[in-house]
Amino acid sequence: MVFFSYVISGISLGSVYAIIALGYTMVYGIAKMLNFAHGDVIMVGGYISFCAISYLSLPPLVAVLLAMAVCTVLGVVIEGLAYRPLRQAGSLAVLITAIGVSYFLQNAAQLIWGVTPKIYTSVASFPLPEGLSSLGLTSEALVTIVSCIVIMLALTAFVNRTKMGKAMRACSEDKGAAQLMGINVNQAISMTFAIGSALAAIAGVLLCSSYTTLFPTTGSMPGIKAFTAAVFGGIGSIPGAFVGGLLLGIIESMAKAYISTDLANAIVFAVLIVVLLVKPTGLLGRYVPEKV
Amino acid sequence: MAKEFRRGKMVPVPSHSIVPERDVNRLPVLECQHLGIDFGGLTAVDEFNLTIGRTEIAGLIGPNGAGKTTVFNLLTKVYQPTRGTILLNGKDTHSMTTSQVNQNGIARTFQNIRLFSNLTVEENVKVGLHNQIRYPMWDGLLRLPRFWKQEKLAHESALELLSIFGMQDLASHEAGSLPYGAQRRLEIVRALATNPSLLLLDEPAAGMNPSETADLMENIVRIRDTFQIAVMLIEHDMNLVMNICEGICVLNFGRIIAKGTPEDIQANPAVIEAYLGKQKEA
Repeated sequence: MVFFSYVISGISLGSVYAIIALGYTMVYGIAKMLNFAHGDVIMVGGYISFCAISYLSLPPLVAVLLAMAVCTVLGVVIEGLAYRPLRQAGSLAVLITAIGVSYFLQNAAQLIWGVTPKIYTSVASFPLPEGLSSLGLTSEALVTIVSCIVIMLALTAFVNRTKMGKAMRACSEDKGAAQLMGINVNQAISMTFAIGSALAAIAGVLLCSSYTTLFPTTGSMPGIKAFTAAVFGGIGSIPGAFVGGLLLGIIESMAKAYISTDLANAIVFAVLIVVLLVKPTGLLGRYVPEKV
Repeated sequence: MAKEFRRGKMVPVPSHSIVPERDVNRLPVLECQHLGIDFGGLTAVDEFNLTIGRTEIAGLIGPNGAGKTTVFNLLTKVYQPTRGTILLNGKDTHSMTTSQVNQNGIARTFQNIRLFSNLTVEENVKVGLHNQIRYPMWDGLLRLPRFWKQEKLAHESALELLSIFGMQDLASHEAGSLPYGAQRRLEIVRALATNPSLLLLDEPAAGMNPSETADLMENIVRIRDTFQIAVMLIEHDMNLVMNICEGICVLNFGRIIAKGTPEDIQANPAVIEAYLGKQKEA
């Protein structure tokens, strides 16, 4: 029974990683850049929903939608102001800009909301039937897992079936050719940032609901873990982010439970290193030969 | 310099133009005037003047490195011209982006195949159809009726386009897994899907055997006849060029050295010199 509850908390944690990792992997897949500010968008999502609930007394669902809307706009603005002007620059320039944006968001949050942690009231708290809660399942974990599955299915359908999704996949393979087929690449990249940031807002709300504290660097560690999950699953691959996130969550939870809480992160990264040594493209990544 | 030729000003077709008779009194699909581009101090293309009629098949030939693909990149705005004007269906493309040029009527294929190789054959064509399919994103996310209707339409037109080359049975194959010749044909189908008025083919017969080339020639003419569009092709296969092109333009060191019908070009001493070198004085 105890084992089962560890598995559930692992899956729930992994679901949050997976939702964040989707943002990383989509942006990498299409814009070929690592958006290190992604973790801090999560934090902004957390603060927006916190303010909406605590100060404006909005219902939780409205607060989540508001956080998603704000983060979507934030993501598109970040891309437009910070990354778009560097589209032709080397990938290192964009990477450093992303780190800059990350610090900017953290410091802005410090100025606006202060450094004292806010106590976050869970938006997903409701009584569960006796049978479920005795398994160690909390309402937050249930909501997190269900949201992750719904997001995953919706995103897969969007990317594979709709014309915007196809345009995004075409851009991820060959931006030049996509442009020559009449696709507005800037629009496709903006769209990717919009989707990724909206997902980050959801992740922020779910994360804060489970851990109930909120401070300006809330997003950093989950952001890095989710990035790890994206690489673990194969960066650029949407199912890869999902699988990578879940596995990472479960490994972390098991390591905490059976080996050592202090070493949990070290174990997670050790597993990542082993996986990458065996399969350098990640679990579901594709090998793309460099053209000579 | 570019300013003199701004926006939709019709220029009478010059007498030395090679536009076929049936297109003479129609708005040309493409007019290039004094087009040129410098890379740093190097002039890659200069004084490129060309008019292409609405349903003309035009050839662009020249020795390696003459600037043929650069001309294609200028026309599609992959490069911004340093000088001169491009009028596409009478509209100046000066301020257009690559994707807008495509939406205004130029589609192209590539010298080295650039398909979306992880997408299926049908999806590749549908990427080409992107601007013909119209529904707001919400319809797609929520699966509203308009989404299904438009996607069904896209599926049907994709299959119809693929049937030009008899490729409809390959629709669900991954594009990267197709044999070379089929990939080349798929590139043409994908370009046609964007509903162009001018189709640019960059070495369409490269790597094809004689019978495949013969099929391709037939198909290029058939595409022109069916869609009533203009085709401009870069090709080294002189058999193909001399047989299907109505007008030919020869480029050497970035400049046009000859323009005319296949017969004119074959007899032109400057062309022979560019290809074979100067004849020794006897």
